[in-house]
Order: sequence, then structure tokens, then C-alpha cells
Amino acid sequence: MNLVVATTFELALVTTVLLLLLATPLAWWLARSRTAWKEVVGALSALPLVLPPTVIGFYVLVALGPASPLMTVLHPFGIRSLAFTFTGLVIGSIFYSLPFAVQPLRTAFEGVGDAPLDLAATMGAAPLDRFMTIALPLARRGFVSAAILVFAHTIGEFGVVLMIGGAIPGRTEVLSTRIYSLVESLQFGAAHAIAGALTVFAFVTLLALLLVERRLGGVRP
Amino acid sequence: MIEAAFNDRLGPNFILDVAFAVPASGVTALLGASGSGKTSVLRALAGLDRRHGSLTVAGEVWQDATRFVPPHRRRVGYVPQTLGLLPHLTVGGNLDYAARRAGAGRFDRTEIVARTAIASLLDRHPKSLSGGEAQRASVARALLGQPLMLLMDEPLSALDTAARGAMLHLLEALLADAAIPVFYVTHDAAEAQRLASRTIRLDRGRVVAV
Repeated sequence: MNLVVATTFELALVTTVLLLLLATPLAWWLARSRTAWKEVVGALSALPLVLPPTVIGFYVLVALGPASPLMTVLHPFGIRSLAFTFTGLVIGSIFYSLPFAVQPLRTAFEGVGDAPLDLAATMGAAPLDRFMTIALPLARRGFVSAAILVFAHTIGEFGVVLMIGGAIPGRTEVLSTRIYSLVESLQFGAAHAIAGALTVFAFVTLLALLLVERRLGGVRP
Repeated sequence: MIEAAFNDRLGPNFILDVAFAVPASGVTALLGASGSGKTSVLRALAGLDRRHGSLTVAGEVWQDATRFVPPHRRRVGYVPQTLGLLPHLTVGGNLDYAARRAGAGRFDRTEIVARTAIASLLDRHPKSLSGGEAQRASVARALLGQPLMLLMDEPLSALDTAARGAMLHLLEALLADAAIPVFYVTHDAAEAQRLASRTIRLDRGRVVAV
């Protein structure tokens, strides 16, 4: 059981860190670009909100399988397949939780506005300097929201991790898939304990999100 | 000399078509009604908006057909109507932000803080300042960037009558001593007359009088 909890939280933590790194430049571009085409990218990044998790799981599974063009590229490095591995779980989770990082970050970056960035430019701040010293601190509420939402969403995901990871005990089994296994074997008491713990966790996470947003509300421009 | 020429369509019914040459010293007022293109010219001078045209400052080309010096390399001080301070930094933090990137220069921090009377405001955040306090701090921040040119966009327009009078008095003394070219946008002819050594009058995107 401890291993399942560890795998679940490790997956959530790794996904949160990697997704924030990947989503930040994407959200910045979506917030700042003036091209109408950006909404195509915006819609693509929001797709996981409306797609069934099994659809995402299926395509990621195919992409990470031994016959996919992506894996063919990785063959020379000794990687034949990432399906049913922890790395595969992380990749699937990143796709599945993408909108939960991009949306709050985009909204936060849009809230920064042009005025402070223009002001910093006239004070000699180059674009990267402006991003680091103006955009990031002014958008910090968005980062906190994104981190909490992605972490909690990854803890609670089921369809994608089952498709990609196969719930292999000791390797890719997480709390949500453990509940499924327990119910299948009619161990309702054990399933109830995990389900109850996840419910409490979800409530505490959302409460923390609201409290943090309320506390950071004062720093908005 | 500062030689500027901008010709660009800014909207379906608005073409900015201005050209002027002024000495690289003293205060030049950009005077005109709302929508005459004053702020557009100021932003083009700062490089904040890239408009078709050319700009040469004291013999240095900042913009022509092949070259565009970005705003962070122009060394301009910019004082907008409002929001002239970075909202997440204190007044002192704002001054440091400008000073760190500019290095030492002709404008001394202690002297500027004293002349703009903001010594008691250094630990305060912009949102806690009155309009007049914020504009004084904004002017100090702009000068501590050690600018080659100061651009002011209706710095008095958001102030009440009392703060406006005090600020006008301060600017009169400060700009006279600044020894850098200043472009001062206003719609108030009396204000232009009081502060500026020359006036460029704009109407619907064109220069109608100098």
C-alpha cells in the first residue's frame, strides 16, 4: 500500500513540475501573441477538458508503443516502448492535465497587462528580464493555482493511468486504480478507506486553493 | 537634433503622418485634442510601438528602414498618465529597478528623491499612494533610469487641482535643470506654454503647427 501511495504522489509531483515548465512558455505565448491562430493552439491545449480520458490514454498508448514512429526514433537509445512504465504515466498525465496548467497561467499572464512590461522596457529591461522580474511575480497567483490544480487532478486521474500504465502492482499502480482493483475483488472496506481519503484530500486541496487565491489577491496589478 | 518621421495606419479611419525636427535639448510639447495621435508619437519615440518611419536622436539612428532599436536599448524615461510604477515593488524598489539597469549617471538618487519629495514614500507600495505621490515617484523612477530623453504622457491629467499645481511647480524646476530633451504630451495649451520651449500641435494624426 505504501508503494501505491508513493507512486501516486511521485507521479503527481513530477507531472506538476514538468507541466509548469512546459505550460509557462505556452501560456505566455497564448496571452501575448496577437495572431488569431493562437486560438487553434489554445483549443488544442484545452481538448483534455472535454475528451474522454480513454481517448487520451489510447492515443498516448499508441504513441508510446513499440511500433510508433516516436519509439522508432528512440530505438537507437535502447528505448523500445514507454507503455506500462512510470515515464509513460508521466507523459500521459502531462497531456491529461495540460489545460489545468495552461488556463490559470494564461489568465494570470493576461492580467499582467502591457503597462508594467512597457515601463520595465523603458527602464532598460530586456524581454527575458521583463518576463522574470515583472511577468512571473505579477502572475504568481496563477502559478499557485496551476500547481495545486495539476497536482490534485493527477492524484485523481483514472482512465489515462489505467490505459497507459495497466495498474501493474509495484510499478504503475496508483490509488485510483487500486480502488478499482479492490472493488473488482469485492474488498469494499479497503476501497472505502482509500476513496474516503481521496475525498478528504480533494476537499482540502480545493480549500487550500481558494485560501491561497484569497491571500494572494492583494498583489494583483 | 531629434529628427522623427512616422507614417502608419493605426486604425480604419486613422493615419499617423508626422514629421518634425527639434533640438536635442529643452522641452517640446506635443499638443492636441484626444485622439490627435500625441500618445502614439510618444510610444513610437520610446520604441514601445513599432511604426513605419525613421527616428534619429543626436546623430544616432534609432529607427530607419533596416534598423529598429528596441525600447530597452533606447535609454528613455517614460512617465505615463497613470500606472507609472511597477505594482509589485515599493517606491524604493521601483527606483532600484531603474537604477540597477542604468548604472550611475547624471541623476543622483539622493538629490532626485529630495527634489521629488518622496523620501517618506520609499517603503510604500504604489496602490497606497495618492495620485500626486505616485506621479512624483514615477518622475523620480524615470530620471534614475539615466535617460537620454524623457517622455511624459499627460502626467498631470489624472491629478486633482491642488496636486496638479504642486506637480506643475515641481516639473517646471526639474525639467529646466534636467539638461536632456523632454517630450511632454498635453491637451492643455496653458500647461504647454508654461513648461515647453517649443510646441508641436497635432490634429488627427498630422502636425498642424510648430
